[in-house]
Amino acid sequence: MSALVRVPRSTLARSLGLALAGGAALLVASELLGSYQDLQLASGTYYFIVLAGLTMLTGLSGQISLGHGALMAVGAYTVALLVGNEHWALVPALAAATAVGAAVGVAVGAAASRLRGPYLAGATLALAIGLPALAEKYSGTFGGANGLVINPPAVPAGLGVSFPLERWEAWIAGAGALVVVFVINNLVRSGVGRSLRAVRDDEIAASLCGLHVGRVQTLAFVVSAACAGLGGGMLAVVLQLAAPGAFQLQLSLSLLTAIVLGGLGSQLGAIWGAAVLVLLPTWTEHLSHSFSLSQQVSANLPLAIYGAVLIGAMLVWPSGIQGALRRIYAAARRSSVGLKRLEGNPTSGSGGAGNESN
Amino acid sequence: MTRFIDLTLNGISTGAVYAAVALALVMIWRATRIVNFAQGGMLMITTFIASDVIGSTGSYWLGFFVALACGLVLGALVERVLIRRVEGGPPLNAVIVALGLLILLEAVAGMIWGNTPRSFPPAFSIRGYDVGGTRLLFAPNDTFTVLVVLGVAVALWLLFRFTDLGLRMRASALAPEVARLLGVRVGRMFTLGWALAALVGSLAGVLVAPSVFVGPSQFDPVLIFGFTAAVLGGLDSPPGAVVGGVVLGLVLSYVSGYEGASLVTLAALVVLVAVLMVRPGGLFSTRRERRV
Repeated sequence: MSALVRVPRSTLARSLGLALAGGAALLVASELLGSYQDLQLASGTYYFIVLAGLTMLTGLSGQISLGHGALMAVGAYTVALLVGNEHWALVPALAAATAVGAAVGVAVGAAASRLRGPYLAGATLALAIGLPALAEKYSGTFGGANGLVINPPAVPAGLGVSFPLERWEAWIAGAGALVVVFVINNLVRSGVGRSLRAVRDDEIAASLCGLHVGRVQTLAFVVSAACAGLGGGMLAVVLQLAAPGAFQLQLSLSLLTAIVLGGLGSQLGAIWGAAVLVLLPTWTEHLSHSFSLSQQVSANLPLAIYGAVLIGAMLVWPSGIQGALRRIYAAARRSSVGLKRLEGNPTSGSGGAGNESN
Repeated sequence: MTRFIDLTLNGISTGAVYAAVALALVMIWRATRIVNFAQGGMLMITTFIASDVIGSTGSYWLGFFVALACGLVLGALVERVLIRRVEGGPPLNAVIVALGLLILLEAVAGMIWGNTPRSFPPAFSIRGYDVGGTRLLFAPNDTFTVLVVLGVAVALWLLFRFTDLGLRMRASALAPEVARLLGVRVGRMFTLGWALAALVGSLAGVLVAPSVFVGPSQFDPVLIFGFTAAVLGGLDSPPGAVVGGVVLGLVLSYVSGYEGASLVTLAALVVLVAVLMVRPGGLFSTRRERRV
C-alpha cells in the first residue's frame, strides 16, 4: 500500500484519511445500489460497527465475548425508548446508546477482567441469554416479545422527495461507522493499543512494566461495548424495531464467528465479517430455492451451508479472510521482483500496520 | 412445603442431566482444551437415532444402547476427522469449528427428520411417587436419571483414578510431549477421550429427551445450561461438573417455581457471575486466582 501512495506518518491524519476514504466509498456505493441493497449496506454497516469493537477486544486484548448481542440489545432499546417515548433527536439518542453501552461495559468489563478464556465465554454467554429475558419480564417498559417500534428516520427535505429511505439509513449507519473507524484506528496505534497487545501477549510481563492489567482489559471491554451499543442503536434505527427476538444467543455467536472468519484483530477483517453476516444468508437462501428440493431439505440448506462454511474456512484459512488475502498479497509482492526493495521502500516505518492480525 | 420438596426433587433430576452434559464438556476440555459446543448437536443426532430405533423395534433399551454406541463412534469420528486439524492452533478456531459443526448437525437433522419436535418415551414411569396421599413431582424415571448420571460419574472417576488407561489419558492431557516420549499414543488417547465424552453426552440426550422432546434445536438449552454448569463447577474438575449441574438445576427449579419461567436465564447469569466473582476458576478450581 505504502508503495503506491505516500501514506501520512501521523496516526491522526492516517485515521482521518481512512475514515474519509471509507465515507466516500460508502457514499458512491449507496448511490449505485438499489433500495434493497442499500438496506443490506445499512445492516452490514451496523454489523461492522459492532464487529470493529469486538475484533479489537478479542484480537488485541485477547478477551472472548459471547455476550455482545446483549450489549447491542442495550443500545437498541436505549434508542427505541429515547426516540419513541421521549422524542429525542436521532443523533443524541445514538450518542446515548453508545454511552449506555459503555456504562454496561464498565460493569461487565470489570467482572470480565477477572476471568479467563472459557470462564469469560461462559459468563458472557449467560449474559447473552439472560439479558433479553429482562425485556419480557418488564414488558410494560420494553414491550415484551413484540418489542418497541420506532418511526423511520425522517429524510432531510434538502435531499429531494424521491430520495430513498434505505439510502438515508445507510448514510446514518455509515456516519456512525466512520466515527468508529476513526476512534479505533487511533486507539490501536496509540499507547492504549500497545498496552492491550502487551497484556494479551504476556500479562505478567505487562504488569512488570507498570501496566494495570485489569484496568487495561476493562478499558478494551468498555470501548467494544460502546461500539456494540452504537451498532445496536443503529440496528433499531434501520429496522425501526427493538425486539428480543433479534438479540438471541445466535446473534452473539454469529458476531464471534464473523470476526474470526473475517480475520481477527483487523478492521478490514471486520468488514469481511460484516459482509459475510449480511450476504451469506441471502445467497444461501437464494441457492436453496434455485434447486427443486423438498421443503424439508431446502428449509435447512442455508444453515447447513453456513455450518460447512465455518468449518471449511477454519480448516483452510485459519487466520480468516483477511489473513488469506494478506498471504496472497505478500506472495504477489515477493514475485514482483525485489526492485522496490533496492529503492529503500519504507514498509516497516508505518507503525506496524501488519501486526494487528493474530 | 410440598412445593419446596417438589421443586428440590425436580431440580435434582434436571440438574443430573446438566451434570451429564457438563461432564462431557469437562472431559473434552481436560483432554484437548476445547469447549465443545458441538456436543449439543452430537447428542441430538444420537437421540434421533435412538428415537428411530425405538420406533421401529419397540424396544426402549435397544434404542438406549444404540444411542450410546453411536455417541462413542460419533465422538471418535469428530475428533479424528475435524478437531485433530485445529488442535494446537488458535483456541478460537477450534471453538468456531465446534460451533460450525453444531449448526451443520442441526441443519442435517432437520433435513433428515424434519424440524417438528417429536415425543420420546421415558425408560420408566413418569407418574410421581405417592407419599402419604400427595403425589410428588419425582417419578421412577427421575430416580433412574439421577442414578445413571451418578453411576457414570463414579465410573469415570474410577477409570481416571485407578486404571492404567485412565492414567495414560490424564498424562496425555496434562503433558502431551512427555507422555509421547514415554510411549503413550497421545492421539489415540484424545480420540478415546472425545469418544467417552460423546458417550456421556448421548446418555444425557436420551435421559432428557422425554421432557424436552426430540428436535434439531430442542437440546440447545440443555447445552447452554450444561456449559454454565461446567463453568460453575470449574472446567478442570469432573466432581465440579456434577456439583455445578445439581446446583444450577436446583437454582433454576426454585426460580422458575417461585418467580416464573421467564427469569430462568437471568437466574443462571446471576448465579454464574456471583460464583465467578468469588472463584474466577469455578467452585472446584485448584489454580491460583487472578487478582484485579
